[in-house]
Amino acid sequence: MIDILVHIALALGLPPLLLGVIGKTKAAFAGRVGAPFLQPYYDLARLFRKGVVLSDTTSWIFRAGPAVTLAATLCAGLLIPLGRHAAPISFDGDLVLFAYLFALGRFFTTIAALDTGSSFEGMGAAREVSFACLAEPTLFFALITLTRLSGTLSLTPMLNHLDLSVWLGTGAALILMLTGLFVVLLAENSRIPFDDPNTHLELTMIHEVMVLDHSGPYFGCILYGAALKLFLLGALFVNVALPFSTGSSLADWLVFVVGMLALSIAVGVVESVMARLRLIRVPQLLVAALILTAFSLVLVVR
Amino acid sequence: MATGGLAINCFVLFCLAVACQGASGLPLLFSRGSNSAQRLSAFLMLAGSCAGSAGALWALTAPVPLSFALVSGLPFGPGSLGIDALSAWFLLPVFLVTGASALFALGYWPAAQNPDSAPRVTFFLGLLAASLTTLLLVRHLVLFLVVWEIMALAAWFALCTEDEKPEVRDAGILYLVTAHLGVLVLFAMVSLIASLTGSYLFPAPGTLPAQGGLAMAIFICALIGFGLKAGVMPLHVWLPSAHANAPSHISAVLSGVVLKMGIYGMVRIFSCFVAPPPWWGCTVLVLGAVSGVVGVAFAIGQHDLKRLLAYHSIENIGIIMIGLGCALLGQSLSAPVLVTLGLAGALLHVLNHATFKALLFLGAGAVIQAAGTREIEVLGGAGRRLPLTGLFFLTGALAICGLPPLNGFVSELMIYLAGFASLQSSPGLLGALPVLAVPVLALIGGLAVACFVKVYGVVFLGEPRSPEHLCAGEPPGSMLASQALLALVCVLIGVLPLCVARPLENVLISYRGGGEPQALVSLLPFVRISLVAMLLVVLCAAVALWLRRRSARIPTTVSRTWGCGYLQPTPRMQYSASSFGSLLVGWFSTVLRPEVHKVEPTGSFPGPAAYRSHLPETALERVFLPLLEYLYEKSALVRHLQHGKLNLYIVYTFLTLVVLYVLTTR
Repeated sequence: MIDILVHIALALGLPPLLLGVIGKTKAAFAGRVGAPFLQPYYDLARLFRKGVVLSDTTSWIFRAGPAVTLAATLCAGLLIPLGRHAAPISFDGDLVLFAYLFALGRFFTTIAALDTGSSFEGMGAAREVSFACLAEPTLFFALITLTRLSGTLSLTPMLNHLDLSVWLGTGAALILMLTGLFVVLLAENSRIPFDDPNTHLELTMIHEVMVLDHSGPYFGCILYGAALKLFLLGALFVNVALPFSTGSSLADWLVFVVGMLALSIAVGVVESVMARLRLIRVPQLLVAALILTAFSLVLVVR
Repeated sequence: MATGGLAINCFVLFCLAVACQGASGLPLLFSRGSNSAQRLSAFLMLAGSCAGSAGALWALTAPVPLSFALVSGLPFGPGSLGIDALSAWFLLPVFLVTGASALFALGYWPAAQNPDSAPRVTFFLGLLAASLTTLLLVRHLVLFLVVWEIMALAAWFALCTEDEKPEVRDAGILYLVTAHLGVLVLFAMVSLIASLTGSYLFPAPGTLPAQGGLAMAIFICALIGFGLKAGVMPLHVWLPSAHANAPSHISAVLSGVVLKMGIYGMVRIFSCFVAPPPWWGCTVLVLGAVSGVVGVAFAIGQHDLKRLLAYHSIENIGIIMIGLGCALLGQSLSAPVLVTLGLAGALLHVLNHATFKALLFLGAGAVIQAAGTREIEVLGGAGRRLPLTGLFFLTGALAICGLPPLNGFVSELMIYLAGFASLQSSPGLLGALPVLAVPVLALIGGLAVACFVKVYGVVFLGEPRSPEHLCAGEPPGSMLASQALLALVCVLIGVLPLCVARPLENVLISYRGGGEPQALVSLLPFVRISLVAMLLVVLCAAVALWLRRRSARIPTTVSRTWGCGYLQPTPRMQYSASSFGSLLVGWFSTVLRPEVHKVEPTGSFPGPAAYRSHLPETALERVFLPLLEYLYEKSALVRHLQHGKLNLYIVYTFLTLVVLYVLTTR
């Protein structure tokens, strides 16, 4: 029971901190002091109090988009285990539901973008759905590999099954898979090298373009949902990458939080040392990730 | 020979349904152009659907396999009718979709405005529904072919309702040719089965040996003959134009139900074999994967609303075939989990696809009627003028993408789990083959989301792109009621999938011809899925409500869409459907072969530029038509036999009969 409460508290509270850590890392690389770690929380609080500007072409879809996207992501948050703990909801096939809840969120984000009638936002929506077509099979290849290793169809036993002995046995396959998962993590969350989350205009090709017309609490929901999505896909990555169980529940939670913070630093480092890819290169990188995870499957099936 | 009074009642209900459906076209024939006659015929169709659905549900929950022998004295032995859970399962979409379509026709094809075509389309819709119902009850192969032919022709007449338009006639001819090619192959299949079993009755489940050349020939004939009807790639060439050019409520029946008869045929024939060789399952699986991916890729490039939906039917038939392939492979490898999940997923997807595809076609019909065009590129903003239609279309779009909490998710989840389960249960490379269904389904899912975001976004959202095609307003109540009914079924199966678990188990038993009940409930956590679905709905409502209350307390201003500083945007500047799909169409261009015509701006003072892209039916235009052309040229000599003189054709038939008689009685 306590574990479930900690799970919910972490899933609700931690995501904006990841954005703060990424920002701080980038600032450190650039030799700046940077915004405080808690800046994303302040941003959210401010957005929830700010006024709303609605476009006169929009309908209820525009307002429902952020709500459904956030709700779907929250739902997904109950399916993924954090650290060596069981997820609040777990059943055979929850891995498919986990992936499809993100697809539901994507559907509503993109139709909310199209509701404005802006060609700029349409462009972002088209890119979002097109790149997701390549990211989704990669995620599923990774899930198949994990199914093969653990012999279960549910995220909790699948991810808690991975320990040092599994890593020693199939380290090569797991490293390939983690590489693929990391690329998917960056692509799905519209980070560099796929998209530049810092700007709001021409440099930002995918996610920020789609939410250009959202403001106030609606935009707050979108930002929070995006942070949550980063947190959840990051949790999947960290669960595979950190195959340790200390035996103590509290220590496991700590290991998980440290792992998540380390992951955000890694994302920050990637964003600091890389430039955004040209649009034409994006599918190539995604296909490469797809093939890496397919390799990992071949290695464990053989 | 009947067993039990229950089963007799069930059979009486079906007879009543067939009678109502068949008679539904008569009132309009006697008083053309009368709206009350049309209402009477819709009432008859709905009454037939209600009676039939009650019978089908009865047969599914308390299955008593039952068969009736018809009068003997027919050639090929006495006819036979029967009901089992498998037929009853396929009857459900028949009654649901034909009933909804008949209701929709009241507003969509009113008799007063269409005094000439309404009687015809109503009559053939009724005949089509009656033949579909009968087809599923027939247990005699030759009778099956007769009813199959009636169904094909009734569908053809209904499809060619607007035969004054040349594109409708072209679509009709293509449909007729391919339908008859399919029937020819089915004739071969029927004779092969008869030579294997010595009888013209459908063999009982699990009674035929799957080894040997004869079994192989039956499998291939069934795959081609039924595949042509189902629209499996590359046999789908007739499907897009036929679905696009039929009246929308007929497209709903064609796509929702008539295609499924191909699937029914395959399931029925495959169920007769015991332990099929692995290559059967592999073939079906690969065909399914190709249909699924290529079908949806073609759909993304379309800008005719109904043609796009038609390509999605090919995609969904692909998903069904993937499930069926998993089940067949499971039979070969004796992995019962694979059989249960694959077949249950395929069968549930049959019902689901019938529901949401009919819903989408009816919604498309409402938009087309309101806007007067099928061309997506000139539509836009329909959601503000047709709010309810927009909501129903959104439900269908979410369901067809397989998104929770709607019905498409449940059936796709079963097929996903079949793929995942193959890794657990069966050893070897062959056993791991169904796992390839998983990334393929993920790719199909991603592409379907892209396509329906495009359709919904371009047609229902934003601003109208052309002043000539403003949507008039919400359609009449009958059209909304039929869509609401189908949308309700989508939500019901999505949120409470447990209600289909027991019927599906009974269908699986009837597929295997008895035996232990399959524990579908233990393989798929129906209750948890319901729980998450409800949680999702509650969370959505909670967040939306919170946002609403929050934004009521803060200032809200309405302004125009941010145009990056440009102050004179016009609706024509909105992102178009072609641009939305261009990225994906570009990735698939080696298969799709899009045709692009562009006049680019050149020089310092460029003249007007133009850009037009079109995605043709590549398989038809690049493979089949050149092939037929070649055959046509090479067969010039034989063509002298074909001169159009009916009396000589009858002589040919007579001579063939005599030759066959001499050959067989030697």
